[in-house]
Amino acid sequence: MANELNGNEIDICALTDLTDNAGTAALVNDVQVALFYIKRTEQVFALSNYDPFSEANVLSRGIIGSIGDELVVASPIYKQHFNLETGQCLEDEKVSIPAYPTQIINGRVLIGLAS
Amino acid sequence: MSDKKQLVVIGNGMVGHKFLQSMTNSEAMQDYEITTFCEETRLAYDRVQLTSYFNGKTEDDLSLVEPGFFEENKITVHTGDRASKIDRDKKIVTSDSGRSISYDKIVLATGSFPFVPPIPGHERDNCFVYRTIDDLIDITNAGETSKVGVVIGGGLLGLEAAKALKDLGLKTHVVEFAPRLMAVQIDDGAGAVLRKKIEELDVSVHTQKNTQGIVDGEECVHRMNFADGTHIETDVILFSAGIRPRDDIARDCGLTLGERGGIVVDNNCQTSDEDIYAIGECALWDGKIFGLVAPGYQMAQVAADQLSAKENSFTGADMSTKLKLMGVDVASIGDAHATTEKAKVYTYVNGADDVYKKIVVSEDNKRLLGAVLIGDTVDYGNLLQLKLNDIALPEYPDSLILPQRDGSGVTGLGVEALPDSAQICSCFDVTKGALCHAVSDGATTMAAIKECTSATTGCGGCTALVGQVLNKELEKMGMDVNTDLCEHFAYTRQEMYHLIRVEKIKTFDDLLAKHGTGYGCDICKPAAASIFASCWNDYVLETPHAGLQDTNDRYLANIQKNGTYSIVPRIPGGEITPDKLIALGEVGKKYNLYTKITGGQRVDLFGARQDKLPVIWKELIDAGFETGHAYGKSLRTVKSCVGSTWCRYGVADSVTTAINLENRYKGLRAPHKFKFAVSGCTRECAEAQSKDVGVIATENGWNLYLCGNGGMKPRHADLFATGLDDETLVKYIDRFLMFYIKTADRLQRTSTWMMNLEGGLDYLREVVIDDSLGLASTFEEEMQLVIDTYQCEWKKTVENEEKSKKFNTFVNSDKTDSQIVFVPERDQIRPAHKEEIAAKLN
Ligand code: SRM
Ligand SMILES: Cc1cc2nc3c(=O)[nH]c(=O)nc-3n(C[C@H](O)[C@H](O)[C@H](O)COP(=O)(O)OP(=O)(O)OC[C@H]3O[C@@H](n4cnc5c(N)ncnc54)[C@H](O)[C@@H]3O)c2cc1C
Ligand code: SF4
Ligand code: FES
Repeated sequence: MANELNGNEIDICALTDLTDNAGTAALVNDVQVALFYIKRTEQVFALSNYDPFSEANVLSRGIIGSIGDELVVASPIYKQHFNLETGQCLEDEKVSIPAYPTQIINGRVLIGLAS
Repeated sequence: MSDKKQLVVIGNGMVGHKFLQSMTNSEAMQDYEITTFCEETRLAYDRVQLTSYFNGKTEDDLSLVEPGFFEENKITVHTGDRASKIDRDKKIVTSDSGRSISYDKIVLATGSFPFVPPIPGHERDNCFVYRTIDDLIDITNAGETSKVGVVIGGGLLGLEAAKALKDLGLKTHVVEFAPRLMAVQIDDGAGAVLRKKIEELDVSVHTQKNTQGIVDGEECVHRMNFADGTHIETDVILFSAGIRPRDDIARDCGLTLGERGGIVVDNNCQTSDEDIYAIGECALWDGKIFGLVAPGYQMAQVAADQLSAKENSFTGADMSTKLKLMGVDVASIGDAHATTEKAKVYTYVNGADDVYKKIVVSEDNKRLLGAVLIGDTVDYGNLLQLKLNDIALPEYPDSLILPQRDGSGVTGLGVEALPDSAQICSCFDVTKGALCHAVSDGATTMAAIKECTSATTGCGGCTALVGQVLNKELEKMGMDVNTDLCEHFAYTRQEMYHLIRVEKIKTFDDLLAKHGTGYGCDICKPAAASIFASCWNDYVLETPHAGLQDTNDRYLANIQKNGTYSIVPRIPGGEITPDKLIALGEVGKKYNLYTKITGGQRVDLFGARQDKLPVIWKELIDAGFETGHAYGKSLRTVKSCVGSTWCRYGVADSVTTAINLENRYKGLRAPHKFKFAVSGCTRECAEAQSKDVGVIATENGWNLYLCGNGGMKPRHADLFATGLDDETLVKYIDRFLMFYIKTADRLQRTSTWMMNLEGGLDYLREVVIDDSLGLASTFEEEMQLVIDTYQCEWKKTVENEEKSKKFNTFVNSDKTDSQIVFVPERDQIRPAHKEEIAAKLN
């Protein structure tokens, strides 16, 4: 959703494998990705799973929600927030993490890694 | 001797010490070398709180002297030494121990002594007064071998002494010469209500009794014979028949005294010798002795200011009082007996609830002159301010004391109406202006205000008013007191709790749709999850709840810095069989987990990868363990000491009680984590007084301590109730916990909750013990629901394949996180440092 799919999309799992309104980790070409499923709008977002602050692969285990108009995930370790669409950190404008485009097709979740 | 002037302070009681404190804050400090004589063997302590010594407060708790005070300020203090003589010609003070010290100035702060009427037999054994810690020690010792106690004197102090005898377990009588109790402060109507309330507490009240002699008794130590021919037998007698100023040393050196005693002072607190000041209960100002501490404190400040040539004078003090006597609220303001000419009186009597209120107003109905309140003193602060500031009364003054029912009319005028000069805290002479100032300087919480103004830290009577001033000021500063939980919910946590409970809301989506906006966040989601769990106790990983949980609750384990988890099985009370210890060791070994004994008497296994949690827990559950909730805002551990089963000092079985309590409250979710401990005797090896709930065994049953804290800001727990049996103990804890869960803010431990609770410990006792909110049985039922629905979350999880699958590292691969690397240290694992991980991966 975030970015346009670029033709490199990879099938990850069924939508029902994700947890409602929460994160799930996936391994895509050896890259750790955090998928977030917002049930109300039937959207899936994908960010890098790596939290630059704690230097651990944990973002899929953070709580998601909104701050103002932005959809965000809060790191479970030190609680910084990242924008689900862009990967921008809200507390520190110098920090952002990779965000990946996603699509839901026929109940399957697809993700496009940057080429 | 130095070139400084010599200042001798005689008496290190409450007022004498306040004077020293005022001196150390003043410029005069550099001009004087100070010596103080302290007749008692203890330095100044809080006499006002003397009775709390019976409820477990120690000498240290009562002390008014900060550690190092005398050393740091270079004040010489002679304890256990009475100043016996002042030689005004040679300007020398001598003492019982033979010290003799030259002076330039003297401050007399000798206080007063309890008057013992010269009844024949008054000097017999087991006849006491009630003034010092030593008196209390004597009374306690006598109480151990006694069954009956009598207090002679039904005034304020007499009733307080009666409470003490009652607490010592004696059958208690109060004998009063006048026709009613508290004759000085209150009128007949109020006296009758007070008497009824006190008799309900099983204390016998005998008014209009004139004791003629005390002789040997038949069943008890003494027999008291009254003028009307009746008598009472008793083992202990306490005299509380008024106080007399200690003016002997002033009399001997020829200072002017009042006709009935008391050292005469002027507005500067100077005696008839300008080099000698007198302050506190020994001083007679305008023909009056002030038997309260607040006027004494004012005098102390005046004397200190005089010595530094600062303008200040003593111009009288208000003698209004509000107290709780034996659990009965009593207050008296100004002209309680309506002695002012043509004063009008309004009375409200509610026989059903034993409430009596009376106001005395001026002839023109415009000014409040006095008031008496029994049984309900919430109006005290308001009425006192109306009186002290001479504020015009509303059109119908009786509206001030009539109960407000369902929005009928406005009564109290509120803090807005008060001038800046209005004294809000009389114990520490803090005005409304000073409070406002403190708020604008950044003291925006009750705790901060306490810290910087001391307001509310004395008798506590001003707490509600101080809170109102604070809120009004915050409002004015535009800091509209935003207590919203977060941007998604315009409610406090307490309001959210109420909405969820009352509307029976079970899911976050439902809550958001009904009361919130946006998508929620990492503040409101865990808070709501915690409330759902406290109220309905659903399995926390149920689909609608899973995404609300903090990562620790979501994975039922504590996340570590490298993203792995720790595992803490419950070990109730810290008791564990060798077999279970072996099982823990085997699991630790098999899964290569770092193993550590925790500070909470259990074992923590660290370094478990998320995907391994279910298999490890399966083994632990098979070995008989349950989850320890080390991850939840819920009951952690109930620490125990070994107790009477093994320990030669133990008076009760602390281990059994700890295990029972742990099993009762395990899994209960709360605004923050909470901890218990149970000690088998007062040696307190389980450190119960640093826990949210502390239980200590005594010969008479359990003593219950509440709201202690270790951690970041340690707080000594408050003694809440004594001598409880098992059943009452559990009942009180049920109610306490549910009340905390209902009213606390998110992530507020019981200690901070208590510090912010309006009315403090007394209020908590009213709610929990006296059931003043009528919620006790509701709390117990709510607790029972949680207890009945307890389930081990880990057992439920490992039994559910669907839920167990959620622990897989990746949804689409069996691989695991390659960046989790361990290295050995002291024969176990530890997380690798960044460089070590890099080295391994390359
Ligand atoms: C394991 C243990 C240290 C140890 O090796 O001994 C520990 C470890 C942690 N403590 Fe603790 N505390 C441990 C006993 C204590 C104690 C001592 C006690 O309970 O007797 C205290 C002081 C007592 C108290 O709480 O009043 C304590 C005061 C804290 C605090 C400060 C709380 C406060 O009110 O100031 C925190 C932070 C918090 O909760 O917000 C904390 C938080 C933590 C956390 C959960 C921090 C975190 O979020 O990662 C630690 C992770 C635990 C884990 O991974 O398993 N821990 N912690 C102890 C576990 C006891 C147990 O069996 O459950
Ligand atoms: C049980 C009890 C409850 C009370 N409750 C309240 C209350 O709720 N509210 C309230 O406002 N007030 C209350 N009071 C009264 C309050 O305690 C006194 O007003 C206050 O202590 C007076 O202070 P002071 O320094 O003048 O006297 P004290 O505190 O009595 O101090 C005088 C000290 O001087 C010492 N001393 C005397 N002569 C000499 C000498 N020659 N040389 C050396 N030392 C000497 C004495 O031993 C004593 O330690 C209560 C009092 C008691 C006993
Ligand atoms: S003191 Fe407590 S919270 Fe801090 S690192 Fe040690 S265990 Fe963790
Ligand atoms: S009036 Fe006593 S503490 Fe404020």
